Amino acid sequence: MAQKVTLAKALNMGLRKAMEDDPKVLLMGEDVGKLGGVFRITDGLQKDFGEDRVIDSPLAESGIVGTAVGLALRGYRPVVEIQFDGFVYPAYDQIVCQVAKIHYRSQGKLKMPMVIRIPFGGGIGAVEHHSESPEAQFAHTPGLKVVACSNPVDGYWMIQQAIKSDDPVIFLEPKRQYHADKADLDETATPEPLFRSRVVRAGGDVTVLAYGPTVKTALSAAEAAAGEGRSLEVIDLRTLSPLDMAPVYESVRRTGRVVVTHEAHVNLGIGAELAARITEECFYSLEAPVLRVGAFDAPYPPSRIEEDFLPDLDRVLDAVDRSLGF
Amino acid sequence: MTHNGFGPDLVEVFGPSQQDGGPELVQLLTPEGERVDHPDFRFDTGGEPEDEVVRGFYRDMVLTRRIDVEATALQRHGELGIWAQLLGQEAAQVGAGRALRPQDFVFPTYREHGVAWCRGVDPLNLLGLFRGVDQGGWDPAANNFGLYTIVIGAQTLHATGYAMGMQRDGVVGTGDPDRDAAVVAHFGDGASSQGDVNEAFIFAASYNAPVVFFCQNNQWAISEPIERQTRIPLYQRALGFGFPGVRVDGNDVLATYAVTQAALQRARDGQGPTFVEAYTYRMGAHTTTDDPTRYRLSDDLERWKLKDPIARVEVYLRRNGLAGDDFFAAVQEEADDLGVHLREGCKALPDPQPLSMFDHVYAEMTEELAAQRDGFAAYLDSFEGAR
Repeated sequence: MAQKVTLAKALNMGLRKAMEDDPKVLLMGEDVGKLGGVFRITDGLQKDFGEDRVIDSPLAESGIVGTAVGLALRGYRPVVEIQFDGFVYPAYDQIVCQVAKIHYRSQGKLKMPMVIRIPFGGGIGAVEHHSESPEAQFAHTPGLKVVACSNPVDGYWMIQQAIKSDDPVIFLEPKRQYHADKADLDETATPEPLFRSRVVRAGGDVTVLAYGPTVKTALSAAEAAAGEGRSLEVIDLRTLSPLDMAPVYESVRRTGRVVVTHEAHVNLGIGAELAARITEECFYSLEAPVLRVGAFDAPYPPSRIEEDFLPDLDRVLDAVDRSLGF
Repeated sequence: MTHNGFGPDLVEVFGPSQQDGGPELVQLLTPEGERVDHPDFRFDTGGEPEDEVVRGFYRDMVLTRRIDVEATALQRHGELGIWAQLLGQEAAQVGAGRALRPQDFVFPTYREHGVAWCRGVDPLNLLGLFRGVDQGGWDPAANNFGLYTIVIGAQTLHATGYAMGMQRDGVVGTGDPDRDAAVVAHFGDGASSQGDVNEAFIFAASYNAPVVFFCQNNQWAISEPIERQTRIPLYQRALGFGFPGVRVDGNDVLATYAVTQAALQRARDGQGPTFVEAYTYRMGAHTTTDDPTRYRLSDDLERWKLKDPIARVEVYLRRNGLAGDDFFAAVQEEADDLGVHLREGCKALPDPQPLSMFDHVYAEMTEELAAQRDGFAAYLDSFEGAR
């Protein structure tokens, strides 16, 4: 019963399924109603579930997340859409001080089952504030869980699993993939657990860690490297907080070499945490230091040069060369 | 007087700045203890004998003040790290608290000890946060009283969202008095400058949410006077957001009760939000770490002492023969008992165990956090006789 769908369509189907399964699930955000969201992820849902369940909000991100806190306290499971990554910051206080801490503060008496969907990453030729990768800021906050999907099949399952979670989940969607590649989606399959990373290409020479938009980059790099006789193992991390390190350690103990790639700035990014953990756990297996390929530590540049700013196939392969050169 | 085509100036629209709250102040009991009528708001006890209700308010206010006095003393004795004082705001809180029905829900700041009292929260549970043994020691679902919120104004959005949930639950505007519910969002004059509060106004207005925005304007945000937050009377702001605002004498428990009751009923009936500005004065410091002598004159304090919320009710009860010495002595005795309960109970509050810091970070514990906890436990165990 598989059908070919884009990530945007898969997320839309996943949201629809979650709303059908649980009447407490609500969607909320700017333009999510009639328009279906600026990326059309909520297309048609207000028409089918009504304005009480698919809520067009005033243009105020703190207001969106703050009222979603109240809805969650009342027993709802709000799924909020932040229109673009760079617009999440007005809600940062509510996310960090309230969403992340209410379960803790109440000693477990209050649950905060909220999903905050954020289209993230660049590559769409957008203006400033529309191409950011703020994941480390949320992964650094105890109380939040942070995941990133990289493909349509994961998008369909992960959004439903995130909505079922009793913990708040920051759900990152690689916006440049929304309408790109299609994949076969079998809605009758059994998904793997949400907070698990996955080897998406087996290899033996270098381990490449990626998530969200860079999974495709890493897979392309692995394909190109194979032509040169180099075997890259690619792991899609999927979950950034908590990190699922077991498959990473297993891989690194075989390859001894690691390249991490993400679109976020390298400084104090997820890659830095991965490097630290790998060094602690796999010190005697390492043949080279953990190398990071990410955005430079400059603000997101004008879009005409964004492909120079973002990690690409060649920069990943360059890091692979350097790793093998040790 | 106009400003070059920009319309009338502020004084023309809002009148001169009024130190005493102005003629718009809703009052039912004067500082001298005299009952007065108001054309729009009346003291409706819902069939309960009026004198009994007023005696109840008196008792609530005396006990609330005792909680505050005891907690302040406990801080001075080193038993609490800090305490947020409510001295002078007893009428605002008891009036607002007693106007609630069981099915209503309250989102407090960190100073609503009097509302907590009215909701039936054991005041001992309020001390845990300030002693540092927990971050909110009561179950919000037990009394429909949320946890104290420290970040200024953040809870007004939670209140609005909760009210939106009530709308979806079909408990607004049904006409059933035991079913229809509303939310009260507490905040202060300082919070009125916060973006979250203004966003809460907009969301509540847009969705016609059943929420009462109850602002205790105690004139001071730590050291900053109300003039730093607003150029117009706060209650006037509501109109700009699209719902009514009213200024009530926050030191008059009857008026605060009547106005909050009317605002709550409006919300329960599905008529949307109301802004209530309870005009009062912070007689104490912001918290026990604050020193008001650095930034305000004692003249104000002396003037507000004459408007004490408890004294006027006592005068009213005595003058009208509604309560005698026996009643006042009994309330005093009850306050003394409450004092003992707080002093002894506070010192007996157990410190949390170090490993409890890992509890409830998540509804579903993560493997990596469990590993951190286990590592710390092993570290603690490595000290001889440590545990």
